[in-house]
Amino acid sequence: MTPTSESKVRVRPGERAIARLACLAVQPLLTRVVRRVAAQHPSLFARLGPHQTTDFLIDPVELPFALHLRPDPQALVFRAVPRDTAPQAGATIRGRFLLLLELIDAEQDGDAAFFSRDLEVSGDTEAVVRLRNALDDMDGSLAEETSAMFGTPGRAVLARLRRAYTDATKPREYA
Amino acid sequence: MSLAELICPAGTPAALRTAVDAGADAVYCGFQDATNARNFPGLNFTPDELAEAVAYAHARGTKVLLALNTYPPAGKVDLWRQAADTGARLGVDAFIVADMGVADYIARTYPGIRLHLSVQAAASSPEAIRYYCENFGVKRVVLPRILTIPEIRQIRREIPCEIETFIFGNHGLMVEGRCSLTNYLTGQSTNMDGVCSPASDVEYVRDADGSMSSQLAGFTIDRFGPEEKAGYPTICKGRYAAPHRPEGYYAFEEPVSLNLSRLLPDLIEAGVHAFKIEGRQRSKSYVRGVVRAFRAAVDDIKAGREANIADLIALTEGQKQTQGAFETKKWR
Repeated sequence: MTPTSESKVRVRPGERAIARLACLAVQPLLTRVVRRVAAQHPSLFARLGPHQTTDFLIDPVELPFALHLRPDPQALVFRAVPRDTAPQAGATIRGRFLLLLELIDAEQDGDAAFFSRDLEVSGDTEAVVRLRNALDDMDGSLAEETSAMFGTPGRAVLARLRRAYTDATKPREYA
Repeated sequence: MSLAELICPAGTPAALRTAVDAGADAVYCGFQDATNARNFPGLNFTPDELAEAVAYAHARGTKVLLALNTYPPAGKVDLWRQAADTGARLGVDAFIVADMGVADYIARTYPGIRLHLSVQAAASSPEAIRYYCENFGVKRVVLPRILTIPEIRQIRREIPCEIETFIFGNHGLMVEGRCSLTNYLTGQSTNMDGVCSPASDVEYVRDADGSMSSQLAGFTIDRFGPEEKAGYPTICKGRYAAPHRPEGYYAFEEPVSLNLSRLLPDLIEAGVHAFKIEGRQRSKSYVRGVVRAFRAAVDDIKAGREANIADLIALTEGQKQTQGAFETKKWR
């Protein structure tokens, strides 16, 4: 796999080190999350059709890393990657972290986020549409399930993140 | 007063359950093939999923309407007939059809199941609607979004079936059921393949200054500035330069959604039986928000209260809304 052209963004040495450390720190969580989702929502893969082997780059703009997803049920990949070494993606989805999480949890509408320009997509649009529809057919909340894996501290972190996101986006939504 | 049923979209089983729980009187959906006009990747129902959905809806008093509202290519009707057979076996409450051959097959084979005439049939005159009623036993017509409320009231007096009108969602009306713009660029047909601007032909290109171009089959159909609200990548809502408008302009329609929340009492008074919310391609979040808002509004009106409509502007295309031709023919 070759680095994406989007990795041409200049990254300062300090940022690069932080990104690598952050990737190492979150990877165990990502592995648990993706395995749990695959086990509990197997119908998700049927809606992905031929794009089970597409490489998605999910780019939460305010985090120091991006997420590489290849939703192949035979060889699931979900890993944190520094932007400057991110793989060549078939499709890229970019937005604020909590927005991306709320899209997965059906707390926000993807088309509305696209209309408002809070969500950017590039690359294979069909892959993005399939992933969106597959995730939208999931019942329950990925955020709640993930936070519950860490008990009360996990739920507290999620609540804090949501408050921060609501405060940050409120003026724009009602402008 | 008419029944004012709320007819709600469901692109996935989860969206269907969301619509039912949010107060839909009926939910409309389709199979994962060309038999319906939202044949989008990853969307729609398998027969097994539809069976579960019908059971879920019926257990809660909600009807399920199956959209078979595309046109079979000549001589290739088997897919549509099989879809009708499956829908009948699974117990759907009505079929939404556009093609006369499909309507005829269902009317003859399943005379006990209601037929609704899709907006894709573009039946906008009493004569046209009566033809479908008399020949195929159509019980309800979904009117094209080109009529004023006085015109709807007049049509109601001259037809023997119920009327359903769109009240919210995508406002790509053009000549419904006759639009070939997508076919012109991609070779796929909105009306026969069920795909308007197929995602496989759509690409969004981000420019260095933050602008974004929407491309369909390699043709740029719009370019949005860094802070400009965006719309769907459909040709009818593209912006084009022409000799008399070199700066570029919306030649056909604009990125804008229909919102008739303020006209609900007038529509009920005009004799509209059912209100349709567009958006099978939208998320559960959209379905939940819009269905709840209109459920509350319709219930308020039925109870003689003034409807307090929730603000739905964030869910509209381009974050703009219109009452379109329902308010005035001069809207464009």
